[in-house]
Amino acid sequence: MIEIVDIVKSYNGTTVVDHISLTIPPRTISVIVGTSGSGKTTLMRMINRLVEPTSGTIRIDGEDIRDVPAYELRRRIGYAIQGHGLFPHWTVAQNIATVPKLLGWEKSKIEARVDELLGLFQLDPAQFRHRMPHELSGGQQQRIGVARALAAGPNILLMDEPFGALDPVIRAKAQEDLLAIQRQLGTTIVLVTHDMEEAIHLGNRIAVMDKGKLLQYAEPAEIIVSPATPFVADLIGTSDRPFRLLSLTHVGDHIEPGTANGSPIEAHATLRDAYSDLLWSGRSAAPVTRDGQTIGIITLAACAHLAARPQ
Amino acid sequence: MRAGSGPPFFRPGTAPANRSWNHSLSLAASADIEKRHWQRLDKLGVLVTVIGLTGLALPFALFRANRIVPGEGIGILGSLDSVWSILLIAAIVLTLATALVRFNAIAKMAAGFLALAILALAVGAAANHLTPSDNNYARVAPGAGFWLLLLAFSLMVTDALTRLRLRPIWRVALLAIVLGAIGLILWSGLWSNLSLLKEYASRAPAFWQEARTHLILAFGSVAIATLAGIPLGILCYRVKLLRAAVLNTLNIVQTIPSIALFGLLIAPLAWVAANVPGASNIGISGIGIAPALIALFAYSLLPIVSNTVVGLLGVNGQVVDAARGMGMTDRQRLLNIELPLALPVILTGIRIVLVQNIGLVTIAALIGGGGFGVFVFQGIGQTAMDLVLLGAVPTVGLAFAAAVILDAIVEQISIKGRGA
Ligand SMILES: Nc1ncnc2c1ncn2[C@@H]1O[C@H](COP(=O)(O)OP(=O)(O)OP(=O)(O)O)[C@@H](O)[C@H]1O
Ligand SMILES: [Mg+2]
Repeated sequence: MIEIVDIVKSYNGTTVVDHISLTIPPRTISVIVGTSGSGKTTLMRMINRLVEPTSGTIRIDGEDIRDVPAYELRRRIGYAIQGHGLFPHWTVAQNIATVPKLLGWEKSKIEARVDELLGLFQLDPAQFRHRMPHELSGGQQQRIGVARALAAGPNILLMDEPFGALDPVIRAKAQEDLLAIQRQLGTTIVLVTHDMEEAIHLGNRIAVMDKGKLLQYAEPAEIIVSPATPFVADLIGTSDRPFRLLSLTHVGDHIEPGTANGSPIEAHATLRDAYSDLLWSGRSAAPVTRDGQTIGIITLAACAHLAARPQ
Repeated sequence: MRAGSGPPFFRPGTAPANRSWNHSLSLAASADIEKRHWQRLDKLGVLVTVIGLTGLALPFALFRANRIVPGEGIGILGSLDSVWSILLIAAIVLTLATALVRFNAIAKMAAGFLALAILALAVGAAANHLTPSDNNYARVAPGAGFWLLLLAFSLMVTDALTRLRLRPIWRVALLAIVLGAIGLILWSGLWSNLSLLKEYASRAPAFWQEARTHLILAFGSVAIATLAGIPLGILCYRVKLLRAAVLNTLNIVQTIPSIALFGLLIAPLAWVAANVPGASNIGISGIGIAPALIALFAYSLLPIVSNTVVGLLGVNGQVVDAARGMGMTDRQRLLNIELPLALPVILTGIRIVLVQNIGLVTIAALIGGGGFGVFVFQGIGQTAMDLVLLGAVPTVGLAFAAAVILDAIVEQISIKGRGA
């Protein structure tokens, strides 16, 4: 658990993080969104003391982060940034081994860990271990960046626009990988982005910031349905609201009995994808499959009903 | 066809501007055919040929009755027997022809090296041919023609090497081969009748003594400057306030003319030697090695400090941020990330001062610092060009070798840490 209590950061009299308090529950993904310059990065970097707050307190699992030396704190917190920041003169293996080495792990344990992480990110250890960063694609570099952040098995992972430099396809894949890994490891993730779509997709909770202030910190559905301020509503985009709401729910939760024609929709797809598919194929219903078995249908009417603002 | 010649390539984005291009197509095309003949010519090759032909016309060797009288220039035919003459002239003409047209850089390099080798052997042969067997005072030196031919073929070889973009290790290997060949010729005694080597023969012990001093002064000053400059550079990088002050001070030092700086140090050091107990015992005095070393050190500091600062500042900000975020201490970050990534730039600074100091040491001779400059200034005093050359040629050779080797090291390191 990360408790941020009344934290303030100002530079030469300009307040860039303004009395923010929030509590990030363990094993969840919290996403900080906001326009450029709203203080997202600054807020996040205060958690691993890359920025020292002007006032306020941050506690991790009840312990004030000022009670340990900054470098020790940082070794316990994973840190991944946009453009990955890999060390260009070190191999992939050396990069991933950075924190374990700083922690003085045994050589054999480090090697095993490097291979394990490469496997976790679907990179063949034999092929990638000895590559230099410049011999990787952007997507591969990004994965190594996250693998490096997770190397010492931190409970907390801070990510500053980790997918900012990726193309849409690789980006979607990277997001899925992150969700899968988070579920598997149970890491508490704090992720900064200015993409509301990404925030809704990844976040268990979303913190919306503007001009250094925290406007709302809530679950995605609540942010969409009852935005705290007009600014939050703007950020979600009024015309996108129904679709964003649909994107939070899966087809499997809304199947109805019956039969329908045409290509089936997977049960784990989002309602938004199903809705889009139905509209595009001009059907009023489509069969739903799970593990290859047809388990019911999803109807256009159900989607439309679920897209409406909850009363 | 190379970019920039002939009709421009059609670029979609610039279509309107190129509309007139169609009208002038026929004109441009005919001009292009004219041009093609010229394009077969290598531009640098033309220069090489002009220099080479001038060299061919000027005296190949210089004969003097003794070491200080003005000499009498002798052409190739007069300096060499008929076999050597034909061989040398044929080699020169063929090589210049090779230089003139545009083709394979490897062939050009080989032709250039072969011509240089023949030239080197021929000048020795000329000295043997012209030296009277019973006269110990007569001197045979390479003439203006020889030097121009040497310049022409060296240009040709350097140009070919630049174009070949050899890997650093090969460049060093090539340097070793050239030095080995020169060593072999020296050892064989083929050049023994050249005035330069006669000059050497009469003062071999002094030559090696000054060589040692020269190396100690050049490498010693750079070593001390590196030991002091890198930490100072790191300090300037970390402490912004210090940066401008230190760099400006060093900049001012750099602008003091070298002779003035050597001279300026005489008085304070003489005072130190006279007044600080023990100072003179460790070799400090107004003239000699101490002021030379200090002046060279002062000159070396700016390039090393500023390159250290620039190199460290040039390290990618995200990489530094990542290193901090991973939990490296300042010291770990400096040693593991920042210094290794700044190393190519720092080494470039060291390369600059090493080559600079190898040359500057010559001037240290003026204040009794020793080194090859001793021969240069003695030679100037006696109007004995051979003696000047005895000091100048090894200095140039040393500087050149140092430049090649350090460039290779810098490039090798940059290849390793490339990217991001
Ligand atoms: N070291 C610093 N010194 C002075 N001002 C700073 C410093 N770091 C950040 N700021 C200012 O603080 C404000 C918030 O910056 P921050 O980087 O947190 O924004 P952000 O929300 O992450 O923006 P972006 O989405 O563009 O990354 C900005 O106005 C920035 O100029
Ligand atoms: Mg930011």
